[in-house]
Amino acid sequence: MASIKINNLGKVYAGDVRAVEDINLDIADGEFIVLVGPSGCGKSTLLRMIAGLETITEGDLFIGDKRVNGLEPAERDIAMVFQNYALYPHMTVYNNLAYGLKNRGFPKDEIEKRVQETAKMLEIEQFLDRKPRALSGGQRQRVAMGRALVREPAAFLLDEPLSNLDAKLRVQMRLEIKQLQRRLKTTSLYVTHDQLEAMTLGDRLVVLNQGNIEQVGSPIDVYNRPESLFVAEFIGSPSMNLFSQADLDGPTNENAAKHLPEGTDILGLRPDQLLFEAPDTPHIRLDCKVALYEPAGAESHLYLILNSNGQHVTMRVHGEPPVHEGGDISIYAPVSAVHPFNSTSGRRTD
Amino acid sequence: MQTKKMTFNHRWLPYLLLAPQVIITIIFFIWPASQALYQSLLRQDAFGFRTTFVWFDNFQRLFVDDLYVNSLKVTLIFAVGTTLLSMSVALLFAVMVNKMIRSRDAYTTFLVWPYAVAPAIAGVLWWFIFNPSIGILPYALDMFGINWNHRSNGDQAMLLVIIAAAWKQISYNFLFFLAGLQSVPHSLIEAAAIDGAGRVKRFWTIVFPLLSPITFFLMVVNVVYAMFDTFGVIHATTEGGPAQATNILVYKVYRDGFVGMNLGSSAAQSVILMAIVVVLTVIQFRFIERRVNY
Amino acid sequence: MVENNRWGNILAHTILIFGVALVVFPVYVAIIASTHPSGTFLRGTIPLLPGGEAWENYKTVMFEGRSRAGTPPISLMLWNSFVMAMAITIGKLSISLLSAFAIVYFRFPFRLFFFWIIFLTLMLPVEVRIVPTFQVVADLGMLNSFAGLSIPLIASATATFLFRQFFMTIPEEMLEASRVDGAGPFKFFKDILLPLSITNIAALFVIMFIYGWNQYLWPLLITTDPNYYTIVMGIQRMVTGGDSEPLWHLVMATVVLAALPPVLVILFMQRLFVKGLTETEK
Ligand SMILES: Nc1ncnc2c1ncn2[C@@H]1O[C@H](COP(=O)(O)OP(=O)(O)OP(=O)(O)O)[C@@H](O)[C@H]1O
Ligand SMILES: [Mg+2]
Repeated sequence: MASIKINNLGKVYAGDVRAVEDINLDIADGEFIVLVGPSGCGKSTLLRMIAGLETITEGDLFIGDKRVNGLEPAERDIAMVFQNYALYPHMTVYNNLAYGLKNRGFPKDEIEKRVQETAKMLEIEQFLDRKPRALSGGQRQRVAMGRALVREPAAFLLDEPLSNLDAKLRVQMRLEIKQLQRRLKTTSLYVTHDQLEAMTLGDRLVVLNQGNIEQVGSPIDVYNRPESLFVAEFIGSPSMNLFSQADLDGPTNENAAKHLPEGTDILGLRPDQLLFEAPDTPHIRLDCKVALYEPAGAESHLYLILNSNGQHVTMRVHGEPPVHEGGDISIYAPVSAVHPFNSTSGRRTD
Repeated sequence: MQTKKMTFNHRWLPYLLLAPQVIITIIFFIWPASQALYQSLLRQDAFGFRTTFVWFDNFQRLFVDDLYVNSLKVTLIFAVGTTLLSMSVALLFAVMVNKMIRSRDAYTTFLVWPYAVAPAIAGVLWWFIFNPSIGILPYALDMFGINWNHRSNGDQAMLLVIIAAAWKQISYNFLFFLAGLQSVPHSLIEAAAIDGAGRVKRFWTIVFPLLSPITFFLMVVNVVYAMFDTFGVIHATTEGGPAQATNILVYKVYRDGFVGMNLGSSAAQSVILMAIVVVLTVIQFRFIERRVNY
Repeated sequence: MVENNRWGNILAHTILIFGVALVVFPVYVAIIASTHPSGTFLRGTIPLLPGGEAWENYKTVMFEGRSRAGTPPISLMLWNSFVMAMAITIGKLSISLLSAFAIVYFRFPFRLFFFWIIFLTLMLPVEVRIVPTFQVVADLGMLNSFAGLSIPLIASATATFLFRQFFMTIPEEMLEASRVDGAGPFKFFKDILLPLSITNIAALFVIMFIYGWNQYLWPLLITTDPNYYTIVMGIQRMVTGGDSEPLWHLVMATVVLAALPPVLVILFMQRLFVKGLTETEK
């Protein structure tokens, strides 16, 4: 087990394609880091540079105390779980798990012991003699996990490992991965698209955008205090409503503006921060038309259209709204709930 | 051309891996071919003492040489005849077999094995059957008043080698046609049936056009086969005769170079053959590329 | 089937049975002829029913040869053919696998150049460069040897391209996973690539064995020593050698023995054969 230190890491692909730019990140021993970001932002590239599957074109990478820039993947003491699992189709599950150990010259009985232990932990003992072809998607996923676990590496690298599973299995495997990581305390890097995985799995969340880190923090911190417009929009589902200061008129809003930090011209409000009644404190007032009510059990969504500029507003509600579709409604939010941003810098202003 | 995105880094290993193939190719393919190119521009005197550089004289002589022009003609007839005969019979078999459900595999088994018979052996087999004195077919033909003797009749000799060469190639064409027929979507045929097309019409308006890429591919392959792989058929039976009637180009190169020892002319003939192969290969590969693309 | 026409089916079966008969006929005649004594061929036509001399004829060609059939014993020629066919097959497969591996899994200067060199072999069949190739082999002292019979024929663009195409379909992650598992180029080739290619190798094996066994022009050129005659070319010496009518019963016994091994290979490995044929496209 080891810490990972990433210093000014960058990647330029052949043909001058910049995928990752000047990344700095210290990952503590045993920490679970989740990398999120939109498609093409460089998550896989970063992970694969750490794995040694892509050459590092700029910066330094340390695993433990060792600089590993030039090392082969096998020499870095990491294990990787691939999105399509990449199980060796011609080998049995047993040999899939054992292959890495054999190549490292482990004695036979040690291999046997480790494979059996890992198989037991993942409940795949009964499949050890089967070929991957004869397994279900979920079982294959477990074997892929097993191949990583059996090596007891310094770090696990997982690139969207659950995205090929159906929704239900995904939830189940998510929980199992979390429990496993808690138990084994192996440093882990986990790449995902999925909001829920991002929020629930990691100790820390790293939000990437166009090859740069936008924000690093615990999932709840990132949710509660997005540092940039990008993070504000990207984290949270449904995503945050963003209003331009210029579109909010009326005395109430003019008063509210006085209580916002200097330089604020974009106001962010999450769907669950909007209210039907005006609070006593300084607040924002939004005059809207009800477009659609979407009841969905515990949490329902109300879609509104802002009168001043016609933009869409999403509001989370509990139970029937007071006004029917097509009717006019005013909604409110206290200034204290507003996420204030500056549109030029894209950063938070408070 | 593509590689994998990720590759091994090794300075000399790839060259080592390629070495056997490349060395053999250079020594036994490229070097002799360039020798042929070079020799085609030379002429040796009768005793092999002096060689002179004659530019394209060997080629010019070839095209005014009656024997060579005859060989071109013979090759054309042989290639076209073999291709047509073999492909049409194979297509007929494939269409019939494709109708079968239970007996399909059995028929296929009976039709594929001639592929394994060497051209030379195919020649000998038919040579035997058509043997003028003891053969079965001449005996049967005699009853129709046809006198069969391929030892003296050039047309009959040609027919004999065409039959032998085509017989061996039926398997190959059959398998490709059958694969092609099986990939014709059944819904198309049903749609045509609903549109009121009868069996025969359905075949010629729907199925056959869909087979045209395979037909074209097989045409090229068969012409290549007839021109270059049938040396054995000729050599083991007619030996080019009677009176040059079956002296195809490949056989003539061999005779002129090995038996006649006319190196310059033989080399020039080799060069012409190379040009033909190059053209046919290019046609074939452009076609395959297209097929991969759609 | 759109409509199952009863008469159409009967017609189809008739055509096919007739066709199969036509295809089988020459070989049937050969088998029959090989069971008759030599006297049969002196009078009248080829018989259509078996005779009683099969054992005698096959024994003669297999083990006596020269004196009565004008060739060395067939057993030696069969052996030579087998050695040549196996050498060509294994040689082609090995060097093609290695080249395809280099071309797909390495990036190096002149890669494309080498690819085109290999491609050139497609355009230069032996038949078009007979004399100079013979000269090269003669200069290297490879006449009348198994090396001479096989090595010049083992370059193969077709097999290289087929393996290249197959390697390209193997997911990228297979290499990545095995590198994480500590496999270098050799281990990857041996533990992952070869086992994954096994059906392709088997399919090509069938095609190439037949190709090797059926070689005719090449052994004809480079063997003058009867100890290196292969069976397919040996037959020609029996048919056209000498002025008298060939000894048909012995020729046909030889023909049957020469055709048998590759035919058996096809019949027993029909599925692999069809795969090999239709996927290599030549
Ligand atoms: N081998 C390559 N050569 C050139 N550019 C590449 C290569 N691989 C990736 N890129 C580019 O680098 C950028 C980052 O790619 P990367 O695969 O890291 O994205 P990602 O965040 O993993 O996306 P996704 O969520 O879709 O998997 C993209 O713009 C991509 O087009
Ligand atoms: Mg990715």
